Amino acid sequence: MSEAASEVLRLEGLRKSYNVGRPNEAEVLHGIDLVIGRRDFAALIGPSGSGKSTLLNLLGLLDTPSSGDLTLLGQATSGMDDAGRTALRGSAIGFVFQFHHLIQAFSAIDNVLMPLMLTRGKPDRAAIERARELLAAVGLETFADARPNQLSGGQQQRVAIARALITEPALLLADEPTGNLDTRTAGEVFELFRRFNRERGCAVLLVTHDPRLSSTCDRTIDLVDGRIVSDALNA
Amino acid sequence: MSRPLRGLWTEWTIAIAFLREGRAQSVMIAVGVAVGVAVIVFIAALIQGLQSNIIERTLGTQAHIRLLSPDEVNRVLPAAPGTLQLVQEDRRAQRLRSINNWQQVSTTLDRLPELTAVSPVVSGPAFARRGEAVQSVALTGIDLARYRRIIPPERYLISGRLRVGGDEAMLGKLLADDLGVKVGMKLRLETGQQNSRVVNIAGIFELGVRELDSRYVYLDLKQAQSLLDLPGGVTVIDLTVADIFAAEAIAEQVGRLTSLRAESWIETNAQLMNALTAQSLSTNMIIVFVAISVAFGIASVLSVSVVQRTREIGILRATGATRRQIMRVFLIQGALFGLLGSVMGNAVSYLLVWGFNTFGPGLFYIPVPTALVVAALLLATLTGVLAAAVPSRRAARLDPVVAIRYV
Repeated sequence: MSEAASEVLRLEGLRKSYNVGRPNEAEVLHGIDLVIGRRDFAALIGPSGSGKSTLLNLLGLLDTPSSGDLTLLGQATSGMDDAGRTALRGSAIGFVFQFHHLIQAFSAIDNVLMPLMLTRGKPDRAAIERARELLAAVGLETFADARPNQLSGGQQQRVAIARALITEPALLLADEPTGNLDTRTAGEVFELFRRFNRERGCAVLLVTHDPRLSSTCDRTIDLVDGRIVSDALNA
Repeated sequence: MSRPLRGLWTEWTIAIAFLREGRAQSVMIAVGVAVGVAVIVFIAALIQGLQSNIIERTLGTQAHIRLLSPDEVNRVLPAAPGTLQLVQEDRRAQRLRSINNWQQVSTTLDRLPELTAVSPVVSGPAFARRGEAVQSVALTGIDLARYRRIIPPERYLISGRLRVGGDEAMLGKLLADDLGVKVGMKLRLETGQQNSRVVNIAGIFELGVRELDSRYVYLDLKQAQSLLDLPGGVTVIDLTVADIFAAEAIAEQVGRLTSLRAESWIETNAQLMNALTAQSLSTNMIIVFVAISVAFGIASVLSVSVVQRTREIGILRATGATRRQIMRVFLIQGALFGLLGSVMGNAVSYLLVWGFNTFGPGLFYIPVPTALVVAALLLATLTGVLAAAVPSRRAARLDPVVAIRYV
């Protein structure tokens, strides 16, 4: 219990190939072993084409590995069907993407509530209260009813972070979350991740190619050509 | 981990948000559906109105089923075994004769639940004479109380009263005109050499069918029996049924039951029925083709919408939407196109029908049956769901990894 309880995610010999069985078959990840702990705040770095996004999609259960085991919160995911993976993803993982990816047809607060609406139906008073708290925590309490196109890029990204946190996920995955923002806004968004990691105890894994960002994380995982070449705690 | 309970609330909310966001697109396809539904409802109502009007007029002046004595045939003795028999026979002349045991037949028929009215009638040929004028007529002896349930003469009476008792008779308008008689005047009815009687004209009717108005004379059953020399007999038993389109089957059943010849109105009006069937067929074809084009319209709009929303579908999938939920979002949109379109279409067809009834040729009135409106709503909604099947499956099958990067 103790060991399993301290880890969120465990990868063993994870491989991913594309175009299996065709002449252009290519293996992108060559056997990844990785453990993410409950309170980790880690950066996943590497040159473009190294397989960062592929790995992130596998970790987020958006994609399935060609071989190897992925254990999320003690549950082995190999052999799960799409519905099972979707349910686990919905409850255990929060996503933040580079291009903030809000749904334009919904207001900020409805975007934040979307993961709850998809898993539990109509949100109750407590859920709405929680969404308002999260919007306040990212500094957007007055923008609850604004449409995404009425918000700036940084504001949209903060809404996306609030959305990722509404389900109180054990793991927050972020793909270049600040890649599209100016330095000052990027710093503010990064601080938010920091705060949620510290205050709510959710593990964070950021994909970034910004060395300044990765150096402020607790741990840096370096992926090159589909292999982890270094995995170290930052001083 | 327990699967959370989900209603359709979320799918509804997303579907409606998508429809509202793509308002222009939604309105256009809804109008397209509305035009289709309006055409379908209007044509269906028009044809139904027309056909029921024609049938009503046809059946207003005749029984649904007529029971007659079977024809008399020659009896040919069978030949002795081993001999070849050549027979030349002349068909027998069919004299006027009564249905055997008609009282009992009539009582039996009264108990059949399929029949709504049973009316024994005696009818035969006669001459009507006034002064020098002679007209051949069809004498029809009726039991007025029973006959009214087959053909309600009061609906067609244009002068006088509804009476056939004693020595009173009613006759058709054209006959009255030909003989120059009016209500209250007398007329001589003759059958054969010796048999004749003078009757008072109690009423004149107009059925609207030339053949009947120029020949029919209604008398009391007893009077007609004695004039036609069939004391106590009847020649026809007229029947009506509740379900007029089942008349053929009921006629066969009644024919077997009574061993009489049964003719249904469908059989005697075969040509009319053919015309009506052909008309229904062409109407149904129009309806089916319009429905198909509506379905393809909905399907193509939703297909475009799935492509437009690829990235949003990816986001929804990444934030916890299952394939089924995505599918339902698009099925609901299809259903809503059908429903909204058919609500508008029904309103338009009401206007069209109202316009036709108010400003049209006025030959007949078209009702809009509630069942038709409800059927149009349900069918259009169902069509929307079916049309959405292909696009919604495609939406559900999108790979979230690919979808989310779609620009």
